[in-house]
Amino acid sequence: MKGLWWKVLATVLLLYVVIVGLRTPLGPAIVQTSVSRIAPGPAEVDVWGYGTHFQQEKLNAWLVNDSQRVCAANVVAVSDDHLRVSFDVPAGFRKSMTDLEVFDSFDGPVTRFGAFYTDGLGSGITEQPCGGGKWLNLAFAFPNRNILNESIRNLFFHVPMWFTMVMLMSIGVWKSIRVLRTNSLEDDRAASVAVQVGLVFGVLGLITGSLWARVTWETWWTSDPKLNGAAAGVLIYLAYLVLRGSVPEPAKRARLAAIYSIFAYSFMLLFFFVLPRLNDSLHPGNGGNPAFGQYDLDNRLRTVFYPACLGWILFGVWMYDLRNRLLRLQHRLSDANDQ
Amino acid sequence: MDRNEITSLLQLEWRLDRRQKHAWGSMALYVVSTVYTCYLGVKQLSTVATWNALFWIIVLFAAFNALGRSFQREEGGRQIYLHTLAHPRNVVLARTLYNAGTMVALGAVSLAAYTLFIGDRVLGEADLGLFFCSVLLGSIGFACALTLIAAIAARAGSGLGLMAILGFPIVLPMLLATLRASKLALDGVAWSVAGNYLLAVLAIDVLAVALSAILFPYLWRD
Repeated sequence: MKGLWWKVLATVLLLYVVIVGLRTPLGPAIVQTSVSRIAPGPAEVDVWGYGTHFQQEKLNAWLVNDSQRVCAANVVAVSDDHLRVSFDVPAGFRKSMTDLEVFDSFDGPVTRFGAFYTDGLGSGITEQPCGGGKWLNLAFAFPNRNILNESIRNLFFHVPMWFTMVMLMSIGVWKSIRVLRTNSLEDDRAASVAVQVGLVFGVLGLITGSLWARVTWETWWTSDPKLNGAAAGVLIYLAYLVLRGSVPEPAKRARLAAIYSIFAYSFMLLFFFVLPRLNDSLHPGNGGNPAFGQYDLDNRLRTVFYPACLGWILFGVWMYDLRNRLLRLQHRLSDANDQ
Repeated sequence: MDRNEITSLLQLEWRLDRRQKHAWGSMALYVVSTVYTCYLGVKQLSTVATWNALFWIIVLFAAFNALGRSFQREEGGRQIYLHTLAHPRNVVLARTLYNAGTMVALGAVSLAAYTLFIGDRVLGEADLGLFFCSVLLGSIGFACALTLIAAIAARAGSGLGLMAILGFPIVLPMLLATLRASKLALDGVAWSVAGNYLLAVLAIDVLAVALSAILFPYLWRD
C-alpha cells in the first residue's frame, strides 16, 4: 500500500477537475446586441444574454461612456436571456466606444464592454443617475469572457497536457543521460516509455488546442510561432521513435536514441518556450500577449487549474509507471522462456 | 578544443574532397538540375512570396543532400583510426565548420543559378544586405543543426531517409524564421523588423553546436 497515495491523489484531483471544471456554470454575460453602432437620437436595441435572469425584478439598463451614464427609456424582458431596450442617445459622448450595462436583482450588473461604436462625439453629456441596488447571485461561477465563453474550461485540459508532456520528456531525458553513463538497457526502455506516454499527451495537447482555436480564432490551425513550435516539438519525438525502430541492435539503439533524445529535449524547450516569445503570436503568453496568469486567470479558475495541473502530471507519471512495469515483466517472462 | 587539431582536420576534409571531385560536382549538379526543373515549370517568377519559398525549398533539399554524406566516409576501421588521432569533439567542430563552408558555397551557387533561371526581378526592391545576410545565416544554420543528425543517421546505418526524418523537425522552426527574414528583406523592410527572426536562427545555431560538442563524443565511444 506504500506508494499508493499519489495514485489516489491523482484520481481524486482529476475527478474534482472533471466534475467541478465542467459542472460549474459561467457567470452571466451579454453575448450579442442587435445593433453595434449608435448615433444621437432614439435607438431600439435587442440584447441577448447568457446565463442571465432578465425576468427578475428591478430590471434596468444603461449606457456607459467615459463613466458618464445614460439610462434606458424603456426596458422589456422578452425572456430570461432576451431583452428589448430603447435609449434616447444624446449627442456629445466623449469616447468612440460605449459600454452597455444591464441590471437585474438576481445577477447584478452585467457589462458588455465596447458594445457600441459611437457617433456624434463631443465634450460630454449631462449625466443621468441610474443604477440597480442590491442583488442576489452569490453562486460560484467561472468568468464569462467575450469570445472564450464556455470554452474557458479547456484551460483545465489544454494547458496541463503540455505541462505533463514536458514533465514526461524530462523523465525521458533523465533516463537518457543515465543510459549514456551506464549503458543500461533498463534505463533505455524507461526513456522510450516516457517518450511514448509524453507523445500521447502532446497529441492530446494539439487536439485540445486545435478545438480551442476553432472556437476562438475560427480556424483549426494557423501558422503561428507557438503552434509551429508545438508541432515541431511533437514531430521531433515522433522522429525519435522512428530512429529507435530503424536500429536493430539493442545496445547501439540505446546509445543513439539517448543522444537524439537529449538533442530533441533541448530543442523542444527552445521551440516551446523561447522562440514563440521572440516573435508576434496570437497565443496567450507569447509575443506581447498576456497569458491567463497575468490578468484574467482569476481565483475562481485557479481553484480548478492548479489541481488540474498536478492531477494530470501525476496521471501521466502513473501511465508511464504502469507501462514501464508491464514491459519489464514481459521482458523477464521472455527471458524465463528462453532458459 | 584544440585549434591546431581542428585546422588539420579541416585540411584533411579539404584534401579528401579535392580527391573526390565528383562529390562537389554531384552537389552542384543537384542544385542546377532542381533549379532548371523549376524553370521548366514556372519560367520567370515575379511574386516575392513564391520566389522566396521556392528558393528556400531548393536550399533545404540541397542541404539534406550535401550534409547527409558528411559522415558516410567513416565506416568501420576509418572511424577507429580517426578516433586514435583526434578528440571527437574536435572532429565534430571541424566537421560543422567544414559543412558551414560547404553550405555557404552551395547557397551561393543556388542563388546564382536561381536568379539566372527564375529571374531577379524581385531583387529590385530588396534590401540586399539583409537578404544576403539571411541566406548566409540560413545556410550556416542548416550546417550547424544537421551535422550531429547526419552523424546519428550514419551510425544508425540507414542513409538519407532517416536523416531527413530526424532533421526535418529540428530545422523546421529555423526554416520558418529564415523564410520570414528573407521575405522581409525582399520586401525591403528595415533590419530592426527582421532582426528577431535572425536572432531565432542564431539561438538555434548556438544550441545545436553546443549540443553537438557535448553529445558527439558519446556517439563515437563504442
